[in-house]
Amino acid sequence: MIRYAIGRVLAGVGVLWVVATLTFALLRFLPGGPFDKEHTLPPEIMRNLERRYALGGSLSHQYLDYLARLAHGDLGPSYKYVGRDVADILRDAVPVSLELGSLAFALAVAGGISLGLASGARRDSRVDRAVVLVSLVGVSAPTFVIGAGLILVFGLGLRWLPAGLWEGPLYAVLPACTLAALPMAYAAQLTRAQVVSAMEQDYVRTARALGVSEARVRRRHVLRNALLAVMTYFGPLLATLLTGSFVVETIFAVPGMGRFFVTAITNRDYPLVLGVTLVYGVLIVLANLAVDLLYARLDPRIRVGNTEK
Amino acid sequence: MTARAWVGAALIASLVLLALAGDRVAGYRFDAQDPAHALEGPSRAHWLGCDALGRDLLARICEGGRISLVVAVGATGLALAFGLAYGALAGWVGGRLDAVLMRGVDVIYALPDLLVIVLVIEVLSAALAGVLPDLWRRLAAIALALGFVGFADVARLVRALVLQAREETWVEAARATGAHPARILVRHVLPNVAAPVFVSAAFRIPAAILAESSLSFIGLGIQPPFSSWGTLASDGFEAMRSFPHLILFPCVAILCSLLGFHLLGEALRERLDPRGRA
Repeated sequence: MIRYAIGRVLAGVGVLWVVATLTFALLRFLPGGPFDKEHTLPPEIMRNLERRYALGGSLSHQYLDYLARLAHGDLGPSYKYVGRDVADILRDAVPVSLELGSLAFALAVAGGISLGLASGARRDSRVDRAVVLVSLVGVSAPTFVIGAGLILVFGLGLRWLPAGLWEGPLYAVLPACTLAALPMAYAAQLTRAQVVSAMEQDYVRTARALGVSEARVRRRHVLRNALLAVMTYFGPLLATLLTGSFVVETIFAVPGMGRFFVTAITNRDYPLVLGVTLVYGVLIVLANLAVDLLYARLDPRIRVGNTEK
Repeated sequence: MTARAWVGAALIASLVLLALAGDRVAGYRFDAQDPAHALEGPSRAHWLGCDALGRDLLARICEGGRISLVVAVGATGLALAFGLAYGALAGWVGGRLDAVLMRGVDVIYALPDLLVIVLVIEVLSAALAGVLPDLWRRLAAIALALGFVGFADVARLVRALVLQAREETWVEAARATGAHPARILVRHVLPNVAAPVFVSAAFRIPAAILAESSLSFIGLGIQPPFSSWGTLASDGFEAMRSFPHLILFPCVAILCSLLGFHLLGEALRERLDPRGRA
Protein backbone atom coordinates (compact mmCIF):
# COMPACT_ATOMS: atom_id res chain seq x y z
CA MET A 1 0.00 0.00 0.00
CA ILE A 2 2.74 2.47 0.96
CA ARG A 3 4.83 1.56 -2.05
CA TYR A 4 1.79 2.04 -4.23
CA ALA A 5 1.13 5.47 -2.68
CA ILE A 6 4.75 6.60 -3.15
CA GLY A 7 4.68 5.47 -6.76
CA ARG A 8 1.51 7.40 -7.38
CA VAL A 9 2.94 10.56 -5.79
CA LEU A 10 6.05 10.35 -8.00
CA ALA A 11 3.88 9.85 -11.07
CA GLY A 12 1.90 12.91 -9.95
CA VAL A 13 5.06 15.02 -9.82
CA GLY A 14 5.85 13.88 -13.35
CA VAL A 15 2.40 14.90 -14.52
CA LEU A 16 2.86 18.32 -12.93
CA TRP A 17 6.14 18.81 -14.77
CA VAL A 18 4.45 17.97 -18.07
CA VAL A 19 1.62 20.35 -17.21
CA ALA A 20 4.02 23.18 -16.41
CA THR A 21 6.00 22.60 -19.60
CA LEU A 22 2.96 22.34 -21.87
CA THR A 23 1.37 25.46 -20.44
CA PHE A 24 4.63 27.36 -20.72
CA ALA A 25 4.95 26.35 -24.37
CA LEU A 26 1.31 27.10 -25.21
CA LEU A 27 1.43 30.55 -23.65
CA ARG A 28 4.55 31.53 -25.57
CA PHE A 29 2.75 30.66 -28.82
CA LEU A 30 0.15 33.32 -28.14
CA PRO A 31 0.92 36.33 -30.30
CA GLY A 32 1.34 39.69 -28.60
CA GLY A 33 3.29 40.31 -25.42
CA PRO A 34 2.06 41.48 -22.05
CA PHE A 35 3.52 44.95 -22.56
CA ASP A 36 2.20 45.61 -26.07
CA LYS A 37 0.48 48.98 -25.97
CA GLU A 38 -1.06 51.19 -28.61
CA HIS A 39 2.15 53.21 -28.78
CA THR A 40 5.53 51.48 -28.69
CA LEU A 41 7.65 51.96 -25.61
CA PRO A 42 11.21 53.26 -25.86
CA PRO A 43 13.70 50.37 -26.20
CA GLU A 44 15.38 51.18 -22.85
CA ILE A 45 12.10 50.82 -21.01
CA MET A 46 11.29 47.57 -22.83
CA ARG A 47 14.69 46.23 -21.83
CA ASN A 48 14.12 47.15 -18.19
CA LEU A 49 10.68 45.56 -18.21
CA GLU A 50 12.09 42.39 -19.74
CA ARG A 51 14.81 42.24 -17.11
CA ARG A 52 12.34 42.82 -14.25
CA TYR A 53 10.04 40.05 -15.44
CA ALA A 54 12.77 37.67 -16.69
CA LEU A 55 11.49 37.84 -20.26
CA GLY A 56 14.89 38.41 -21.88
CA GLY A 57 17.13 35.77 -23.36
CA SER A 58 16.26 32.73 -25.43
CA LEU A 59 13.14 30.67 -24.89
CA SER A 60 15.07 27.71 -23.49
CA HIS A 61 16.82 30.04 -21.09
CA GLN A 62 13.48 31.45 -19.93
CA TYR A 63 12.11 27.94 -19.52
CA LEU A 64 15.01 26.67 -17.40
CA ASP A 65 14.92 29.86 -15.36
CA TYR A 66 11.20 29.35 -14.81
CA LEU A 67 11.61 25.73 -13.69
CA ALA A 68 14.44 26.65 -11.34
CA ARG A 69 12.38 29.33 -9.65
CA LEU A 70 9.39 27.00 -9.56
CA ALA A 71 11.41 24.44 -7.64
CA HIS A 72 11.89 27.10 -4.96
CA GLY A 73 8.17 27.83 -4.87
CA ASP A 74 8.64 31.19 -6.59
CA LEU A 75 5.92 31.78 -9.17
CA GLY A 76 7.25 35.18 -10.22
CA PRO A 77 5.65 38.62 -10.29
CA SER A 78 2.29 39.23 -11.93
CA TYR A 79 2.42 41.31 -15.09
CA LYS A 80 -0.85 43.10 -14.56
CA TYR A 81 -1.21 43.45 -10.80
CA VAL A 82 1.86 45.60 -10.32
CA GLY A 83 3.81 44.95 -7.17
CA ARG A 84 2.08 41.64 -6.42
CA ASP A 85 3.60 38.21 -6.71
CA VAL A 86 1.58 35.39 -8.24
CA ALA A 87 2.04 33.41 -5.04
CA ASP A 88 0.63 36.41 -3.20
CA ILE A 89 -2.46 36.60 -5.39
CA LEU A 90 -3.01 32.85 -5.17
CA ARG A 91 -2.75 32.98 -1.38
CA ASP A 92 -5.80 35.22 -1.40
CA ALA A 93 -7.73 33.54 -4.20
CA VAL A 94 -7.18 29.83 -3.49
CA PRO A 95 -8.85 29.75 -0.04
CA VAL A 96 -11.93 31.47 -1.49
CA SER A 97 -12.25 28.85 -4.21
CA LEU A 98 -11.53 26.05 -1.75
CA GLU A 99 -14.25 27.27 0.58
CA LEU A 100 -16.82 27.68 -2.17
CA GLY A 101 -15.78 24.39 -3.76
CA SER A 102 -15.92 22.28 -0.62
CA LEU A 103 -19.34 23.67 0.25
CA ALA A 104 -20.60 22.84 -3.23
CA PHE A 105 -18.95 19.41 -3.09
CA ALA A 106 -20.57 18.54 0.24
CA LEU A 107 -23.91 19.73 -1.08
CA ALA A 108 -23.57 17.75 -4.32
CA VAL A 109 -22.45 14.53 -2.62
CA ALA A 110 -25.01 14.60 0.20
CA GLY A 111 -27.87 15.76 -2.02
CA GLY A 112 -26.99 13.57 -4.98
CA ILE A 113 -26.59 10.36 -3.00
CA SER A 114 -29.70 10.82 -0.90
CA LEU A 115 -31.83 11.77 -3.91
CA GLY A 116 -30.48 8.85 -5.92
CA LEU A 117 -31.01 6.46 -3.03
CA ALA A 118 -34.53 7.69 -2.32
CA SER A 119 -35.56 7.30 -5.93
CA GLY A 120 -33.66 4.13 -6.80
CA ALA A 121 -34.88 2.21 -3.76
CA ARG A 122 -38.53 2.80 -4.69
CA ARG A 123 -38.54 2.51 -8.43
CA ASP A 124 -41.42 4.15 -10.32
CA SER A 125 -42.84 5.71 -7.17
CA ARG A 126 -43.87 9.35 -7.19
CA VAL A 127 -40.61 10.35 -5.50
CA ASP A 128 -38.66 8.43 -8.12
CA ARG A 129 -40.43 10.15 -11.02
CA ALA A 130 -39.88 13.58 -9.46
CA VAL A 131 -36.16 12.94 -8.89
CA VAL A 132 -35.71 11.62 -12.42
CA LEU A 133 -37.34 14.71 -13.91
CA VAL A 134 -35.53 17.22 -11.69
CA SER A 135 -32.14 15.60 -12.23
CA LEU A 136 -32.72 15.57 -15.98
CA VAL A 137 -33.33 19.32 -15.93
CA GLY A 138 -30.37 19.66 -13.57
CA VAL A 139 -27.89 18.04 -15.94
CA SER A 140 -29.30 20.04 -18.85
CA ALA A 141 -29.25 23.51 -17.31
CA PRO A 142 -26.07 25.55 -17.82
CA THR A 143 -24.55 27.01 -14.67
CA PHE A 144 -25.30 30.57 -15.72
CA VAL A 145 -28.97 29.79 -16.23
CA ILE A 146 -29.25 28.38 -12.69
CA GLY A 147 -27.16 31.22 -11.27
CA ALA A 148 -29.24 33.88 -12.99
CA GLY A 149 -32.44 32.20 -11.86
CA LEU A 150 -31.31 32.02 -8.24
CA ILE A 151 -30.17 35.66 -8.27
CA LEU A 152 -33.45 36.76 -9.82
CA VAL A 153 -35.58 34.90 -7.27
CA PHE A 154 -33.61 34.99 -4.00
CA GLY A 155 -31.35 37.98 -4.58
CA LEU A 156 -33.40 40.56 -6.46
CA GLY A 157 -36.94 39.30 -5.96
CA LEU A 158 -37.25 38.05 -2.39
CA ARG A 159 -34.08 39.85 -1.24
CA TRP A 160 -33.28 36.97 1.14
CA LEU A 161 -29.67 36.51 0.09
CA PRO A 162 -26.92 38.70 -1.36
CA ALA A 163 -26.62 38.36 -5.13
CA GLY A 164 -22.87 38.79 -5.32
CA LEU A 165 -19.49 39.48 -3.68
CA TRP A 166 -17.84 37.47 -0.92
CA GLU A 167 -18.18 39.06 2.49
CA GLY A 168 -19.56 36.44 4.86
CA PRO A 169 -21.25 33.08 5.20
CA LEU A 170 -24.52 34.28 3.67
CA TYR A 171 -22.67 35.31 0.54
CA ALA A 172 -21.68 31.71 -0.08
CA VAL A 173 -25.19 30.28 -0.25
CA LEU A 174 -26.22 31.17 -3.80
CA PRO A 175 -22.82 30.51 -5.45
CA ALA A 176 -22.50 27.16 -3.66
CA CYS A 177 -25.99 26.08 -4.70
CA THR A 178 -25.32 27.15 -8.29
CA LEU A 179 -22.03 25.30 -8.41
CA ALA A 180 -23.53 22.18 -6.81
CA ALA A 181 -26.61 21.95 -9.04
CA LEU A 182 -25.15 20.08 -11.99
CA PRO A 183 -22.96 17.58 -10.07
CA MET A 184 -25.82 16.95 -7.65
CA ALA A 185 -28.20 16.12 -10.48
CA TYR A 186 -25.59 13.93 -12.16
CA ALA A 187 -24.70 12.14 -8.92
CA ALA A 188 -28.41 11.51 -8.31
CA GLN A 189 -28.73 9.93 -11.78
CA LEU A 190 -25.63 7.80 -11.23
CA THR A 191 -26.61 6.68 -7.75
CA ARG A 192 -30.13 5.84 -8.88
CA ALA A 193 -28.85 3.68 -11.75
CA GLN A 194 -26.40 1.90 -9.44
CA VAL A 195 -29.00 1.29 -6.74
CA VAL A 196 -31.49 -0.04 -9.26
CA SER A 197 -28.95 -2.51 -10.62
CA ALA A 198 -27.64 -3.46 -7.16
CA MET A 199 -31.16 -4.27 -5.95
CA GLU A 200 -31.37 -6.92 -8.67
CA GLN A 201 -28.13 -8.63 -7.72
CA ASP A 202 -27.96 -12.15 -6.34
CA TYR A 203 -26.24 -11.07 -3.14
CA VAL A 204 -29.16 -8.83 -2.25
CA ARG A 205 -31.62 -11.65 -2.80
CA THR A 206 -29.42 -13.96 -0.75
CA ALA A 207 -29.18 -11.47 2.11
CA ARG A 208 -32.95 -11.06 2.11
CA ALA A 209 -33.43 -14.82 2.02
CA LEU A 210 -31.19 -15.14 5.05
CA GLY A 211 -33.54 -12.85 6.92
CA VAL A 212 -31.39 -9.74 7.00
CA SER A 213 -33.56 -6.72 7.69
CA GLU A 214 -34.42 -4.46 4.75
CA ALA A 215 -32.68 -1.47 6.33
CA ARG A 216 -29.52 -3.46 6.80
CA VAL A 217 -29.67 -4.84 3.24
CA ARG A 218 -29.90 -1.31 1.91
CA ARG A 219 -27.12 0.04 4.09
CA ARG A 220 -24.64 -2.82 3.98
CA HIS A 221 -25.22 -4.29 0.55
CA VAL A 222 -26.98 -1.89 -1.78
CA LEU A 223 -25.53 1.44 -0.67
CA ARG A 224 -21.98 0.20 -0.33
CA ASN A 225 -21.88 -1.38 -3.76
CA ALA A 226 -23.67 1.51 -5.40
CA LEU A 227 -21.26 4.02 -3.86
CA LEU A 228 -18.22 2.32 -5.36
CA ALA A 229 -19.25 3.25 -8.86
CA VAL A 230 -20.32 6.74 -7.85
CA MET A 231 -16.98 7.35 -6.12
CA THR A 232 -15.03 7.39 -9.36
CA TYR A 233 -17.10 10.39 -10.33
CA PHE A 234 -16.48 12.24 -7.06
CA GLY A 235 -12.69 12.32 -7.32
CA PRO A 236 -12.35 14.40 -10.46
CA LEU A 237 -15.43 16.33 -9.33
CA LEU A 238 -13.72 17.37 -6.09
CA ALA A 239 -10.78 18.78 -8.02
CA THR A 240 -13.05 20.60 -10.47
CA LEU A 241 -15.14 22.15 -7.72
CA LEU A 242 -12.26 23.06 -5.42
CA THR A 243 -10.47 24.98 -8.11
CA GLY A 244 -13.49 27.17 -8.52
CA SER A 245 -15.66 27.76 -11.48
CA PHE A 246 -15.05 30.39 -14.10
CA VAL A 247 -18.75 30.94 -14.60
CA VAL A 248 -19.94 30.92 -10.99
CA GLU A 249 -17.15 33.18 -9.82
CA THR A 250 -17.83 35.57 -12.69
CA ILE A 251 -21.59 35.66 -12.08
CA PHE A 252 -21.34 36.22 -8.34
CA ALA A 253 -18.21 38.39 -8.43
CA VAL A 254 -16.39 35.92 -6.16
CA PRO A 255 -12.64 36.70 -5.99
CA GLY A 256 -11.46 33.10 -6.49
CA MET A 257 -9.04 31.35 -8.84
CA GLY A 258 -11.51 30.93 -11.67
CA ARG A 259 -12.08 34.64 -12.02
CA PHE A 260 -8.36 35.40 -11.83
CA PHE A 261 -7.75 32.81 -14.51
CA VAL A 262 -10.21 34.40 -16.92
CA THR A 263 -8.76 37.90 -16.46
CA ALA A 264 -5.21 36.54 -16.55
CA ILE A 265 -5.84 34.92 -19.96
CA THR A 266 -7.23 38.09 -21.50
CA ASN A 267 -4.43 40.17 -19.92
CA ARG A 268 -1.73 37.71 -21.06
CA ASP A 269 -0.54 37.61 -17.47
CA TYR A 270 1.61 34.51 -18.14
CA PRO A 271 2.93 33.91 -14.61
CA LEU A 272 -0.57 34.10 -13.15
CA VAL A 273 -1.98 31.68 -15.75
CA LEU A 274 0.88 29.28 -15.08
CA GLY A 275 0.39 29.59 -11.33
CA VAL A 276 -3.33 28.87 -11.53
CA THR A 277 -2.71 25.94 -13.88
CA LEU A 278 -0.20 24.40 -11.49
CA VAL A 279 -2.51 24.74 -8.50
CA TYR A 280 -5.21 23.05 -10.60
CA GLY A 281 -2.77 20.29 -11.49
CA VAL A 282 -1.76 19.69 -7.87
CA LEU A 283 -5.39 19.53 -6.75
CA ILE A 284 -6.35 17.11 -9.51
CA VAL A 285 -3.41 14.82 -8.78
CA LEU A 286 -4.22 14.85 -5.04
CA ALA A 287 -7.93 14.25 -5.57
CA ASN A 288 -7.32 11.31 -7.89
CA LEU A 289 -4.84 9.82 -5.44
CA ALA A 290 -7.31 10.19 -2.57
CA VAL A 291 -10.04 8.48 -4.57
CA ASP A 292 -7.79 5.57 -5.57
CA LEU A 293 -6.74 4.96 -1.98
CA LEU A 294 -10.29 5.27 -0.68
CA TYR A 295 -11.48 2.98 -3.43
CA ALA A 296 -8.98 0.35 -2.33
CA ARG A 297 -10.26 0.58 1.24
CA LEU A 298 -13.91 0.30 0.25
CA ASP A 299 -13.56 -2.62 -2.12
CA PRO A 300 -11.70 -5.64 -0.78
CA ARG A 301 -11.49 -7.07 -4.30
CA ILE A 302 -9.02 -4.41 -5.34
CA ARG A 303 -6.84 -4.03 -2.25
CA VAL A 304 -4.11 -2.36 -4.19
CA GLY A 305 -0.58 -3.66 -3.85
CA ASN A 306 -1.53 -6.84 -1.99
CA THR A 307 -2.76 -8.65 -5.04
CA GLU A 308 -0.80 -6.95 -7.76
CA LYS A 309 2.75 -7.80 -6.77
CA MET B 1 -39.88 5.09 -29.15
CA THR B 2 -40.96 6.34 -25.73
CA ALA B 3 -42.80 9.60 -25.06
CA ARG B 4 -39.59 11.08 -23.67
CA ALA B 5 -37.71 10.25 -26.85
CA TRP B 6 -40.43 11.94 -28.92
CA VAL B 7 -40.24 15.08 -26.79
CA GLY B 8 -36.47 15.12 -27.26
CA ALA B 9 -36.74 14.62 -31.01
CA ALA B 10 -39.34 17.39 -31.27
CA LEU B 11 -37.15 19.84 -29.32
CA ILE B 12 -34.14 19.08 -31.52
CA ALA B 13 -36.21 19.31 -34.70
CA SER B 14 -37.49 22.75 -33.74
CA LEU B 15 -33.95 23.86 -32.91
CA VAL B 16 -32.69 22.74 -36.31
CA LEU B 17 -35.66 24.38 -38.03
CA LEU B 18 -35.09 27.69 -36.23
CA ALA B 19 -31.39 27.56 -37.00
CA LEU B 20 -32.05 26.95 -40.69
CA ALA B 21 -34.91 29.38 -41.24
CA GLY B 22 -34.20 31.90 -38.48
CA ASP B 23 -34.12 35.05 -40.58
CA ARG B 24 -37.37 34.21 -42.29
CA VAL B 25 -39.17 33.34 -39.04
CA ALA B 26 -38.05 36.49 -37.28
CA GLY B 27 -38.25 38.77 -40.32
CA TYR B 28 -35.00 40.50 -39.39
CA ARG B 29 -31.28 39.90 -39.75
CA PHE B 30 -29.52 39.08 -36.47
CA ASP B 31 -27.42 42.26 -36.68
CA ALA B 32 -30.02 44.66 -38.11
CA GLN B 33 -30.42 47.60 -35.72
CA ASP B 34 -33.72 49.30 -35.02
CA PRO B 35 -32.94 51.95 -32.36
CA ALA B 36 -36.58 53.04 -32.09
CA HIS B 37 -37.45 49.69 -30.49
CA ALA B 38 -34.32 49.31 -28.32
CA LEU B 39 -34.84 47.30 -25.13
CA GLU B 40 -38.53 46.83 -25.83
CA GLY B 41 -40.23 43.67 -24.61
CA PRO B 42 -42.09 41.19 -26.82
CA SER B 43 -44.40 42.83 -29.35
CA ARG B 44 -46.18 42.14 -32.63
CA ALA B 45 -43.21 43.47 -34.63
CA HIS B 46 -40.49 41.82 -32.53
CA TRP B 47 -41.88 38.60 -31.07
CA LEU B 48 -39.25 38.24 -28.35
CA GLY B 49 -38.37 41.93 -28.06
CA CYS B 50 -35.14 43.75 -28.84
CA ASP B 51 -31.74 44.24 -27.21
CA ALA B 52 -30.02 47.52 -26.28
CA LEU B 53 -29.20 48.29 -29.93
CA GLY B 54 -32.69 47.43 -31.14
CA ARG B 55 -31.64 44.10 -32.64
CA ASP B 56 -34.40 41.52 -32.86
CA LEU B 57 -33.94 38.94 -30.10
CA LEU B 58 -35.59 36.09 -31.98
CA ALA B 59 -33.26 36.58 -34.95
CA ARG B 60 -30.29 36.67 -32.59
CA ILE B 61 -31.40 33.50 -30.80
CA CYS B 62 -31.76 31.75 -34.17
CA GLU B 63 -28.25 32.88 -35.11
CA GLY B 64 -27.07 31.58 -31.72
CA GLY B 65 -28.70 28.23 -32.46
CA ARG B 66 -26.84 28.06 -35.76
CA ILE B 67 -23.53 28.73 -33.98
CA SER B 68 -24.31 26.15 -31.29
CA LEU B 69 -25.10 23.49 -33.86
CA VAL B 70 -22.02 24.16 -35.97
CA VAL B 71 -19.73 24.05 -32.92
CA ALA B 72 -21.43 20.96 -31.48
CA VAL B 73 -21.40 18.94 -34.68
CA GLY B 74 -17.84 20.02 -35.49
CA ALA B 75 -16.50 19.24 -32.02
CA THR B 76 -18.28 15.89 -31.83
CA GLY B 77 -17.15 14.87 -35.31
CA LEU B 78 -13.55 15.73 -34.54
CA ALA B 79 -13.57 13.97 -31.17
CA LEU B 80 -15.13 10.91 -32.74
CA ALA B 81 -12.78 10.72 -35.73
CA PHE B 82 -9.56 11.20 -33.76
CA GLY B 83 -10.69 9.26 -30.71
CA LEU B 84 -11.78 6.29 -32.80
CA ALA B 85 -8.50 6.11 -34.71
CA TYR B 86 -6.36 6.70 -31.61
CA GLY B 87 -8.21 4.30 -29.33
CA ALA B 88 -8.53 1.56 -31.92
CA LEU B 89 -4.82 1.76 -32.69
CA ALA B 90 -3.86 1.60 -29.01
CA GLY B 91 -6.23 -1.23 -28.20
CA TRP B 92 -5.59 -3.31 -31.32
CA VAL B 93 -1.81 -3.01 -31.51
CA GLY B 94 -1.31 -3.06 -27.73
CA GLY B 95 2.08 -3.39 -26.07
CA ARG B 96 4.43 -0.45 -25.97
CA LEU B 97 2.48 1.66 -28.46
CA ASP B 98 -0.59 1.29 -26.29
CA ALA B 99 1.34 2.38 -23.19
CA VAL B 100 2.75 5.48 -24.90
CA LEU B 101 -0.58 6.51 -26.43
CA MET B 102 -2.40 6.10 -23.14
CA ARG B 103 0.16 8.19 -21.21
CA GLY B 104 -0.72 10.97 -23.64
CA VAL B 105 -4.37 10.59 -22.69
CA ASP B 106 -3.43 10.65 -18.98
CA VAL B 107 -1.76 14.01 -19.43
CA ILE B 108 -4.89 15.46 -21.01
CA TYR B 109 -6.90 14.13 -18.09
CA ALA B 110 -4.52 15.74 -15.59
CA LEU B 111 -5.37 19.16 -17.01
CA PRO B 112 -8.67 20.82 -16.24
CA ASP B 113 -10.87 20.71 -19.37
CA LEU B 114 -11.86 24.33 -19.40
CA LEU B 115 -8.26 25.43 -18.98
CA VAL B 116 -7.08 23.40 -21.96
CA ILE B 117 -10.04 24.57 -24.00
CA VAL B 118 -9.37 28.23 -23.27
CA LEU B 119 -5.65 27.93 -24.03
CA VAL B 120 -6.23 26.02 -27.27
CA ILE B 121 -8.90 28.48 -28.41
CA GLU B 122 -6.59 31.45 -27.81
CA VAL B 123 -3.64 29.83 -29.56
CA LEU B 124 -5.67 28.57 -32.52
CA SER B 125 -7.66 31.70 -33.17
CA ALA B 126 -4.40 33.64 -33.12
CA ALA B 127 -2.82 31.14 -35.50
CA LEU B 128 -5.79 31.29 -37.87
CA ALA B 129 -5.84 35.10 -37.98
CA GLY B 130 -6.05 36.24 -41.60
CA VAL B 131 -6.79 32.73 -42.87
CA LEU B 132 -10.49 32.74 -42.07
CA PRO B 133 -13.06 35.46 -41.46
CA ASP B 134 -13.52 36.41 -37.80
CA LEU B 135 -16.58 34.37 -36.93
CA TRP B 136 -15.42 31.21 -38.70
CA ARG B 137 -11.98 31.51 -37.16
CA ARG B 138 -13.49 31.62 -33.69
CA LEU B 139 -15.93 28.79 -34.49
CA ALA B 140 -13.17 26.59 -35.86
CA ALA B 141 -10.96 27.30 -32.85
CA ILE B 142 -13.74 26.44 -30.38
CA ALA B 143 -14.75 23.28 -32.25
CA LEU B 144 -11.12 22.12 -32.45
CA ALA B 145 -10.52 22.86 -28.76
CA LEU B 146 -13.65 21.01 -27.67
CA GLY B 147 -12.85 18.17 -30.04
CA PHE B 148 -9.33 17.96 -28.65
CA VAL B 149 -10.56 17.60 -25.08
CA GLY B 150 -13.29 15.18 -26.11
CA PHE B 151 -11.06 12.91 -28.14
CA ALA B 152 -9.39 11.61 -24.97
CA ASP B 153 -12.75 10.36 -23.67
CA VAL B 154 -13.59 8.64 -26.95
CA ALA B 155 -10.09 7.15 -27.26
CA ARG B 156 -10.30 5.65 -23.77
CA LEU B 157 -13.71 4.15 -24.44
CA VAL B 158 -12.77 2.73 -27.85
CA ARG B 159 -9.54 1.26 -26.51
CA ALA B 160 -11.34 -0.54 -23.69
CA LEU B 161 -13.94 -1.92 -26.09
CA VAL B 162 -11.35 -3.05 -28.64
CA LEU B 163 -9.27 -4.72 -25.91
CA GLN B 164 -12.36 -6.64 -24.88
CA ALA B 165 -13.34 -7.60 -28.41
CA ARG B 166 -9.81 -8.75 -29.23
CA GLU B 167 -10.29 -11.79 -27.02
CA GLU B 168 -13.60 -12.82 -28.56
CA THR B 169 -13.90 -16.08 -30.44
CA TRP B 170 -15.18 -14.44 -33.60
CA VAL B 171 -11.95 -12.47 -33.82
CA GLU B 172 -10.02 -15.68 -33.43
CA ALA B 173 -12.17 -17.23 -36.15
CA ALA B 174 -11.45 -14.33 -38.48
CA ARG B 175 -7.73 -14.72 -37.75
CA ALA B 176 -7.91 -18.42 -38.47
CA THR B 177 -9.31 -17.72 -41.93
CA GLY B 178 -6.17 -15.70 -42.60
CA ALA B 179 -7.76 -12.25 -42.71
CA HIS B 180 -5.40 -9.31 -42.45
CA PRO B 181 -5.38 -7.76 -38.93
CA ALA B 182 -6.30 -4.33 -40.32
CA ARG B 183 -9.24 -5.89 -42.13
CA ILE B 184 -10.40 -7.68 -38.98
CA LEU B 185 -10.24 -4.39 -37.07
CA VAL B 186 -12.18 -2.38 -39.64
CA ARG B 187 -14.66 -4.99 -40.82
CA HIS B 188 -15.33 -6.95 -37.63
CA VAL B 189 -14.16 -5.25 -34.45
CA LEU B 190 -15.16 -1.62 -35.06
CA PRO B 191 -18.74 -2.37 -36.20
CA ASN B 192 -19.16 -4.47 -33.07
CA VAL B 193 -18.03 -1.73 -30.70
CA ALA B 194 -19.94 1.01 -32.53
CA ALA B 195 -23.05 1.13 -30.31
CA PRO B 196 -21.51 2.43 -27.04
CA VAL B 197 -19.33 4.84 -29.01
CA PHE B 198 -22.38 6.17 -30.81
CA VAL B 199 -24.22 6.62 -27.51
CA SER B 200 -21.34 8.53 -25.97
CA ALA B 201 -21.17 10.72 -29.08
CA ALA B 202 -24.86 11.56 -28.64
CA PHE B 203 -24.02 13.00 -25.21
CA ARG B 204 -21.02 14.93 -26.53
CA ILE B 205 -23.33 17.17 -28.56
CA PRO B 206 -25.15 18.78 -25.61
CA ALA B 207 -21.85 18.91 -23.71
CA ALA B 208 -20.31 20.90 -26.56
CA ILE B 209 -23.29 23.26 -26.72
CA LEU B 210 -23.00 23.77 -22.97
CA ALA B 211 -19.26 24.40 -23.15
CA GLU B 212 -19.56 26.90 -26.00
CA SER B 213 -22.31 28.89 -24.33
CA SER B 214 -20.45 28.92 -20.99
CA LEU B 215 -17.25 30.11 -22.67
CA SER B 216 -19.12 32.79 -24.56
CA PHE B 217 -20.90 33.82 -21.36
CA ILE B 218 -17.63 34.64 -19.61
CA GLY B 219 -16.26 36.34 -22.73
CA LEU B 220 -13.79 33.69 -23.91
CA GLY B 221 -15.87 32.12 -26.66
CA ILE B 222 -17.76 33.81 -29.48
CA GLN B 223 -17.07 37.55 -29.44
CA PRO B 224 -19.51 40.40 -30.17
CA PRO B 225 -21.02 41.50 -32.53
CA PHE B 226 -21.80 37.83 -33.26
CA SER B 227 -24.57 36.36 -31.23
CA SER B 228 -24.16 33.09 -29.40
CA TRP B 229 -26.56 31.94 -26.69
CA GLY B 230 -23.80 32.55 -24.18
CA THR B 231 -23.15 36.15 -25.22
CA LEU B 232 -26.90 36.82 -25.36
CA ALA B 233 -27.34 35.46 -21.84
CA SER B 234 -24.36 37.48 -20.68
CA ASP B 235 -25.81 40.70 -22.16
CA GLY B 236 -29.14 39.82 -20.61
CA PHE B 237 -27.51 39.13 -17.24
CA GLU B 238 -26.18 42.71 -17.11
CA ALA B 239 -29.66 44.13 -17.56
CA MET B 240 -31.51 41.36 -15.74
CA ARG B 241 -33.33 43.54 -13.23
CA SER B 242 -34.83 46.02 -15.70
CA PHE B 243 -35.21 43.90 -18.85
CA PRO B 244 -35.72 40.27 -17.83
CA HIS B 245 -36.80 39.21 -21.35
CA LEU B 246 -33.19 39.64 -22.51
CA ILE B 247 -31.96 36.82 -20.28
CA LEU B 248 -35.12 34.74 -20.15
CA PHE B 249 -35.45 33.84 -23.84
CA PRO B 250 -31.82 32.86 -24.55
CA CYS B 251 -31.84 30.71 -21.39
CA VAL B 252 -35.06 29.00 -22.45
CA ALA B 253 -33.49 28.28 -25.85
CA ILE B 254 -30.39 26.69 -24.30
CA LEU B 255 -32.36 24.73 -21.74
CA CYS B 256 -34.80 23.34 -24.31
CA SER B 257 -32.14 22.21 -26.74
CA LEU B 258 -29.92 20.64 -24.06
CA LEU B 259 -32.97 18.89 -22.63
CA GLY B 260 -33.83 17.65 -26.12
CA PHE B 261 -30.38 16.17 -26.70
CA HIS B 262 -30.31 14.54 -23.25
CA LEU B 263 -33.75 12.97 -23.74
CA LEU B 264 -32.81 11.60 -27.14
CA GLY B 265 -29.40 10.47 -25.86
CA GLU B 266 -31.00 8.51 -23.06
CA ALA B 267 -33.42 6.88 -25.46
CA LEU B 268 -30.49 5.91 -27.68
CA ARG B 269 -28.63 4.46 -24.74
CA GLU B 270 -31.56 2.35 -23.65
CA ARG B 271 -31.88 1.07 -27.20
CA LEU B 272 -28.27 0.43 -28.13
CA ASP B 273 -26.32 0.02 -24.92
CA PRO B 274 -28.67 -0.95 -22.09
CA ARG B 275 -25.96 -1.79 -19.59
CA GLY B 276 -23.79 1.27 -20.14
CA ARG B 277 -24.15 4.15 -17.73
CA ALA B 278 -21.70 7.07 -17.67
